[in-house]
Amino acid sequence: MTTTREPNKVLSQIEYDVIGTRPIRPDGADKVTGRAKYSADFTISGAIYGKLVRSPHAHARIISIDTSKAEAHPSVKAVVTGEDLPKTVIGADGDRPKTSGEIAADLKYLRHQIMATEKVVFGNQPVAAVAAATAHDAEEAAKLVEVKYEILPSVTEVRAAMEDDAPVLHDDIEMTEFGEKTGRKGNIADHFQNKIGDPQKGFEQADVIVEREFNTATVHQGYIEPHSCTVHWRDDDRIFIWNSCQGPFNIRDATAEVLGVPLTNVKLTPQEIGGGFGGKFEPYGEPVLALLSKKAGAPVKMWMTRTEDLEATGPSPGSYVRVKMGATKDGKIVAGEAELAFEAGAYPGSVVEAGGECVFAPYDIPNAVVDGYDVVVNKSKMAAYRAPGATNAEFASETVVDELAQKLDIDPIEFRLMNAAKEGTRKVDGTSFPRIGLVEVLEALKDHDHWKSPIEGDNVARGFACAYWMNAGLQSAVNLAVNSDGRVSLTEGSPDIGGSRASISMQAAEILGIPSEDILPSVVDTDSIGFTFGTGGSRTTFATGYAAIEAAKDVKQQMIERAALIWGVAPESVQMDKGNIHAGNGAELKMTFKELAAEMNDTGGAITGRGSVNPSGVGAAFAGLIVDIHADPETGKVQILRATIAQDAGKAIHPSYVEGQLQGGTAQGIGWGLNEEYFMSDEGRMANSSFLDYRMPTALDLPMIDTVIVEVANPGHPFGVRGVGEVNIAPPPAAIANALSRSLGVRMERLPMNPNTVMETMWANNGSSNGS
Amino acid sequence: MKWIDYARPQTVAEAVQLLTERGDGARAMAGGTDLIVQLRVGRRQPDHVVDVKHIPDLNEVNTSGGGVTLGAAVPCHIIYNNDAIKDAFPALVDSASIIGGTQIQGRASIGGNLCNAAPSADAIPTLIALGATANVSGSTGERSVAIEDFCTGPGQNVLGADELLTSISIPAQGANSGARYQRFIPRNEMDIAVVGVGASVTLNNGSFESVRVSLASVAPTPLFVTEINDELAGKDVTDENIAKAGEIAKDAAKPISDMRGTADYRRHLCDVMTRRVLSDAITRARGGNVDAH
Ligand SMILES: Cc1cc2nc3c(=O)[nH]c(=O)nc-3n(C[C@H](O)[C@H](O)[C@H](O)COP(=O)(O)OP(=O)(O)OC[C@H]3O[C@@H](n4cnc5c(N)ncnc54)[C@H](O)[C@@H]3O)c2cc1C
Repeated sequence: MTTTREPNKVLSQIEYDVIGTRPIRPDGADKVTGRAKYSADFTISGAIYGKLVRSPHAHARIISIDTSKAEAHPSVKAVVTGEDLPKTVIGADGDRPKTSGEIAADLKYLRHQIMATEKVVFGNQPVAAVAAATAHDAEEAAKLVEVKYEILPSVTEVRAAMEDDAPVLHDDIEMTEFGEKTGRKGNIADHFQNKIGDPQKGFEQADVIVEREFNTATVHQGYIEPHSCTVHWRDDDRIFIWNSCQGPFNIRDATAEVLGVPLTNVKLTPQEIGGGFGGKFEPYGEPVLALLSKKAGAPVKMWMTRTEDLEATGPSPGSYVRVKMGATKDGKIVAGEAELAFEAGAYPGSVVEAGGECVFAPYDIPNAVVDGYDVVVNKSKMAAYRAPGATNAEFASETVVDELAQKLDIDPIEFRLMNAAKEGTRKVDGTSFPRIGLVEVLEALKDHDHWKSPIEGDNVARGFACAYWMNAGLQSAVNLAVNSDGRVSLTEGSPDIGGSRASISMQAAEILGIPSEDILPSVVDTDSIGFTFGTGGSRTTFATGYAAIEAAKDVKQQMIERAALIWGVAPESVQMDKGNIHAGNGAELKMTFKELAAEMNDTGGAITGRGSVNPSGVGAAFAGLIVDIHADPETGKVQILRATIAQDAGKAIHPSYVEGQLQGGTAQGIGWGLNEEYFMSDEGRMANSSFLDYRMPTALDLPMIDTVIVEVANPGHPFGVRGVGEVNIAPPPAAIANALSRSLGVRMERLPMNPNTVMETMWANNGSSNGS
Repeated sequence: MKWIDYARPQTVAEAVQLLTERGDGARAMAGGTDLIVQLRVGRRQPDHVVDVKHIPDLNEVNTSGGGVTLGAAVPCHIIYNNDAIKDAFPALVDSASIIGGTQIQGRASIGGNLCNAAPSADAIPTLIALGATANVSGSTGERSVAIEDFCTGPGQNVLGADELLTSISIPAQGANSGARYQRFIPRNEMDIAVVGVGASVTLNNGSFESVRVSLASVAPTPLFVTEINDELAGKDVTDENIAKAGEIAKDAAKPISDMRGTADYRRHLCDVMTRRVLSDAITRARGGNVDAH
């Protein structure tokens, strides 16, 4: 990277021994040889198989459920319905507290979502479940459960659900507005507003104003491994769960709450995970299998089909976003106004607040107002998806920013630099940024060979967009145990999705002054480590890494004390540096890490270290993306020719895995931008619930994605780490849309920008309905 | 999934006997790439699967005499690796090499693609364009059916419950002939045709002698647009005439709106794709090469 900017001197220029290198990940060989055990690979003797009975209707009253025929099936061991979930209530208004899932869902709703009673509110919603000796028998027996429904009209689109005469999902949802109950019943669960400065005055100062309305489709994380789990309710009332999840403790807690049992009755052992992207924070089958297991007296295993997974776990919301921005003729953005309405799915609690925080965050805008609406629709409850809310919001705002730059005839990156948020810039929610790296990201791309290269060919064009995501901190715990051969066992509670065992081990190794290969990391069960919030929010390398640093410091201090004991000197005179322990001038009193480890068992026993953190110094993430596209003017099909993403990593612990995150997020963002969508039938069912018709990009749809890692250290982390997992998904839809405006002259206001939609937009611009 | 009987006959006679005995409850299977998916989602529920891909006759490829007779179970990868086929029937290679991906092509047969009778099937327009016929054996003997008459509705064909497709015969294409199949999909692989167009042309100096165009995904069955030949035969090979063919295809199409495209968009694509495919077929007729997909 060649830039003329001030190098980041905070921390990132520090030379490290382990950090910044690219060791082979500890889980790599098992994964490439197929030895790694994923959730569906889990076996336990005596297991039987579960299957959920699901609603064929998106919205219907349950008249009756008759399980007798299923119970009579010779292979069936247990049948349960929603009535079997306990209705435990605690608290004044009859509800238990919110769960600790990433998107907090009211417990009453969580229970209903897991297995419905009285009515179903989304297609494929579970209403009962069976367990049988084989998976095929379970599937056949599930068909024997007879459910009578009274079909109700459904609504699956956010704006339609906000209409006064829309079908109402829940008669107990009352809109909260600015934190107060309003008494207004309907599908709008919440309306919030953030405001800074005086937007009206701001717009009066503007020479150019752009306003557009955008609609984006519901999308899915598209992880390769569908949800699956095995649950054993043992006769000592402990409930063991083996599953694929991002948050072992989150799901342990939520499962215990739904079942009305003490937290620690549940023990969850996470298996290797085949992707989550936010979609594996919530329990789906776990509580149901627990009930089946209790009834049958055997462990119960279940895996979802892709159709079940797509339609009835937790996708990412479709949305309506209106953005209006104004700038002066010399290129200063002076006012912003945004309105966001997000699908929450069938129960309240969407990610609209995050979207509202993101929509203007990359810019220093003195006057802005953001309104957000959380709206229930007849779709499965939305879950998190990689920077949840950011992509919807920033597709809209980055399109409007681009159009402002076009109107002002200012280079798109230059225009963003002129308005970029920096340390001290106040966001619309009133908080201000610590040191952030947006300017450095923009400069890196402005100086990049890709940006400077000529754009050649018919209908070939270039687009740019950038994005913000706040990242998360939250709780993590790490334990270290030094072995007498000098290798160190590391136990942690963060399921490893993107190479985090490597990046966490490397941080401990750096502190201890030993090679990262000498750290042996394990992701352990919820009985074996302190509470660790799930792998998500780009938090794992930051927060679990932080805990590993603390644990390593603890070990280091004890190593020093142990050496002092052996040498009979004061601990203050002992030093440990790059894995060597010495005292005095170091000529005589010196030992290597391994030598001291070998003395350990005879001088007081094993040395163990612990780290437990809830760090507040979360570093915000910024990314920018340049894409070159070709758009076919006759078919509307977009081909991505070249893509370059730059992102501020703070400090890249393992650069390869940072690059992997940048590429993965860009790939998902391209899919979101071009072809992915929930296509709903008139009856409210998902029509394209397979990967054939839910079109994620294939290898032939993506170019090699070039990456630039920018390092503006996060002052809130010992090594300067910022989370890198999420923000990269947000720029592609806007970058592609911005390129399309230059290729075909159309401004896209709808996601996905599939060929059909692009052509329709062109026809609408030409004033013809079908191109004829 | 329920229990299903499975049989693996070694001869056509044995297969026909099994199908005859079991009647509607039986289903032939070649590569299984359609059938097994349909069984899993419950779209077809036979009691008996008759696996015909081990019958030697159904695996034969005979390219003598300039035409080709393809055994009904010959998988795609055999087709696109056969030099004689590559040379004489590049349009068949166009189809065989885009059905699914490499793994699917190891099993998927052209016969299965035809019998499955999907409106979107990628091989059928090519077979229609090439003037192919289906050879069928049943309890009462053998018969041949023109491909354009084979499909009767989505997932339905002319075969009786006792009948088996044994092979597909594609006649020799005259000199100055060329053919092409292309489909439009939003992605670049692993997708179902929003519109597919198969076309073959025979040229006579600078004019069309004959033109056969067939469309996928715009009607309940693959559509043979004979009006294009009516209009173009004897006319000069010009951009205007090619554009006319596009217009005729667009008017002939009877598409529906669904998750893969609106009816308007599909009609529009019929025009665009027919023009592109015809141009490629003309290039091939003149001895030129066209890009793979
Ligand atoms: C991942 C994937 C991708 C796919 N992509 C495409 C694609 O791009 N384009 C496309 O057109 N298709 C595609 N398909 C569908 C399928 O692969 C093709 O239609 C294939 O050609 C079917 O051939 P088969 O030999 O597997 O047929 P089978 O599944 O064995 O049979 C298909 C049907 O034909 C009947 N049948 C088979 N042989 C006979 C016979 N000899 N006599 C009578 N009836 C018979 C069967 O009973 C069944 O109803 C795809 C399928 C999958 C799973």
